[in-house]
Amino acid sequence: MNSVMSDPAVKKTGIGASVRRVEDIRFITGRGRYTDDMNQPGQVYAAFLRSPYARARVVSVDDAAALEVDGVLAVLTGRQMAADGLGDLPCGWLVKSKDGTDMRQPPHPPLAAERCNYVGEPYGVVIGTSIAAAREGADAVMTEFEELEAVVSTADATKSVQIYDNVPANRSYQWELGDKAATDAAFARAAHVTKLDITNNRLIPNALEPRAAIGVYERSNESFTIYTTSQNPHLARLVLSAFVKLAPEHKLRIVAPDVGGGFGSKIFIYPEETTVAWASRRIGRPVKWTAERSESFLSDAHGRDHVTHAELALDAQGQFLGLRVKTIANLGAYLSTFASSVPTFLYGTLLAGQYRTPAIHVEVDGVFTNTAPVDAYRGAGRPEATYVVERIVETAARELKIDPMELRRRNFIQPNQFPYQTPVALVYDTGDYEASLNKALERIDYSGFAARKAASAARGLKRGIGFSCYIEACGLAPSKLATALGAGVGLYESGEVRVNPTGSVTVFTGSHSHGQGHETTFAQIVSDRLGVPIENVEVVHGDTGRIEFGLGTYGSRSVAVGGSALMKATDKVIAKGKKIAAYMLESEPDNIDFDTGVFSVRASNRSMTFGEVAFAAYVPSNYPLDELEPGLSEKAFYDPQNFTYPAGTHIAEVEIDPEIGVVKIANFVAVDDFGKVINPMIVEGQVHGGIAQGIGQALLEHGIYDETGQLITGSFMDYCMPRADDLPNFSVDTTVTACTHNPLGVKGCGEAGAIAAPAAIMNAVTDAIGVKDVAMPATPERVWRACRGE
Amino acid sequence: MNVTLTVNGEARSVDVAPNTLLVELLRNHLGLSGTHVGCDTSQCGACTVHMNGASVKSCTMLAAQAAGSEITTIEGIGTPERLHPMQAAFRECHALQCGFCTPGMIMSAIDLVKNSPQLDEAAVRHGLEGNICRCTGYHNIVRAVLTAATEMGSRIS
Repeated sequence: MNSVMSDPAVKKTGIGASVRRVEDIRFITGRGRYTDDMNQPGQVYAAFLRSPYARARVVSVDDAAALEVDGVLAVLTGRQMAADGLGDLPCGWLVKSKDGTDMRQPPHPPLAAERCNYVGEPYGVVIGTSIAAAREGADAVMTEFEELEAVVSTADATKSVQIYDNVPANRSYQWELGDKAATDAAFARAAHVTKLDITNNRLIPNALEPRAAIGVYERSNESFTIYTTSQNPHLARLVLSAFVKLAPEHKLRIVAPDVGGGFGSKIFIYPEETTVAWASRRIGRPVKWTAERSESFLSDAHGRDHVTHAELALDAQGQFLGLRVKTIANLGAYLSTFASSVPTFLYGTLLAGQYRTPAIHVEVDGVFTNTAPVDAYRGAGRPEATYVVERIVETAARELKIDPMELRRRNFIQPNQFPYQTPVALVYDTGDYEASLNKALERIDYSGFAARKAASAARGLKRGIGFSCYIEACGLAPSKLATALGAGVGLYESGEVRVNPTGSVTVFTGSHSHGQGHETTFAQIVSDRLGVPIENVEVVHGDTGRIEFGLGTYGSRSVAVGGSALMKATDKVIAKGKKIAAYMLESEPDNIDFDTGVFSVRASNRSMTFGEVAFAAYVPSNYPLDELEPGLSEKAFYDPQNFTYPAGTHIAEVEIDPEIGVVKIANFVAVDDFGKVINPMIVEGQVHGGIAQGIGQALLEHGIYDETGQLITGSFMDYCMPRADDLPNFSVDTTVTACTHNPLGVKGCGEAGAIAAPAAIMNAVTDAIGVKDVAMPATPERVWRACRGE
Repeated sequence: MNVTLTVNGEARSVDVAPNTLLVELLRNHLGLSGTHVGCDTSQCGACTVHMNGASVKSCTMLAAQAAGSEITTIEGIGTPERLHPMQAAFRECHALQCGFCTPGMIMSAIDLVKNSPQLDEAAVRHGLEGNICRCTGYHNIVRAVLTAATEMGSRIS
């Protein structure tokens, strides 16, 4: 073999390069393929019958008039679904109350049969040969309801009428974490106690692509294919098989093609996707459903919705002694797929923040109300925790008249203290909180703030600055710990690196990309490691028929867990390649080096390219067939040893016109430590998007039900989505401490902005006005009233 | 009823029900699935196309109202080999993530730039107020529009 030069182009597209995205070409030319873009021969359409009441008994469903509508094929109800033996939608995480009892979980049938428990809950479906026919049929169904008193308020849920017979006080669980006695003792010796009552407003995720699904039943082999807007198709397959009993896993294929954003809302297994699959078997034709936006508002799982009382104990020097938190978390009407874990294991465990607070105790009441189910939304528990910690730390600084930066510095976990065991279960592996704080202060020109505030004041405006030194736990893991704490699924990821005979590579990942750019990032990792040009690497995701298994994308886990699985698989490919090359180059595997696409015998000029080795693996003429199988394709599962802990500082500077209450964001700085970064351009984009959603929560967005349980923010006319002119440019930077326990040194970046930004904004708003709290969203009316001292 | 119109430079004649929306004609009858539907209240702008050169929300007009007009969709402005400067700038500036709002955003942005001999960041933000993006936080979209505007001959202030 000849000596070959390695390919310098690979370095430009490898780990650390801002490679322009592979997937963009199809999206910018209108060639994306989202679920609603797909159609199946013979397909018919579903229109759902939804409860107009927050709580009601379904007395009767009269379908006679609907069946008269031209093009209506069937009216199917929850009773028929139950009669067909379909099971309930499960919650995948069993949380225990502090008395040791299991959480209470009312049955959640995909289609309600006897009772509806939130406005928009589906209790039936009309199938028609066109969307118009199905909808006209749905309008013609006469349903008699007996309306019942509804529970709406989060704060009052435990004191309201009981929704479910077997759920006293509407409480699913009363969960606690931390050492109560130690925390009480810390408060007993405190020099100062800061108290804060805050709410974390309910949000509606609103991925721009509405949910959609096509159920296709294949009679010949009694199998289903479901095309759907999912962040984790294998999980959908597992649930639909093991719990809903739709079909065994090997008879069920879930395809999640291009998916137009998720933010958590497309993790869950919903009634509608389940129903179209079932209906396709009943009807004998493919059944398609695409949500109208108003259906998305009513039926996508919502986010947040906490009411919290927090207390921070400090000594005379401003050292944190203890933190005490009591939260009521609204779970909605049913436990959605991961709902129980969000206000518990993803919330209470984060209450140490970046600080050495030695004693923490948190108690969470998970309550049912007659509202849409609440589950993970970008950040999922961690924004709520950050909001509590960073709002109360800022408040304490104001009460003690200590510079808020100084108070934080006094309490930061120091770089030499890692690994750091917090009092709320987590072990942080690494970090340098002061480094990101300092960089952020420089970026916002903190020393110039007083002058800017004075200049604003001279114009009659109130200027404020707010800090948020957040930490998050990403890449939920390890499986052993999580399952011991009640998780019903593993938390690993799978990857497969399939080298084709001509040396191109097909990569299969159990992660799913719905905007994150995995087709680029994962190709960078494999291209970099194998020395194969990036255009010769194709990343396949989102199809249970093509990918062995996977747990999908949520919790900023994809690169840390899915990318690490690909690293493992790639290492196996290289190891096998070395054996092949050693045989062909008449050397030993231990004597073969691999670098940028070239296998070479150490200290010699003998080498083979990666492509030559791949070809030899598939055309094994000169090949050690006695010891080695042909082919060059390797799989790996990666189960992390720990969470990853991205952290950083976000600073908001706002200017408020007290006459009109409008909050203008004068500057927003984010300095994040995500560990090593694969594609800085993509990471920056993720930060931007997260900040926008965080600012949305702080200033604009609010999912509101009236006292009867009607959603009054049910459209983009009523629910204030952040638009281009609501937001500023963002000043974004990073610091790096590499994650110590995954092979890429990465931590995850998808949620940081949504976690950090609300506290930064609200600290700035309250600083500007000089009040303790303004409820989110800080709308002009609320701000105007706060400025007037109301 | 029959609707005759020009779509991406091609004369088309389509039989549709009278209540068919323009976006339905494009997506369901002509298979031009690049134009998306993200809401039901004319708010999100994912369905934006050009009618006789001006941007319209194709979910908010009947197909019949477009009879005789020239419609341009995302599929009609460039190809992977020959991208429109706005398409190229969106990719270069990482102005898209999930891609769902992107076609409408690009069509709105082209109209904005064509009608703005002079642009700045504030004008772009105001001009794109009718298009919702949930992924990017708009920072890179604004950057892309200003980049493309330079290419397309606008002055940037």
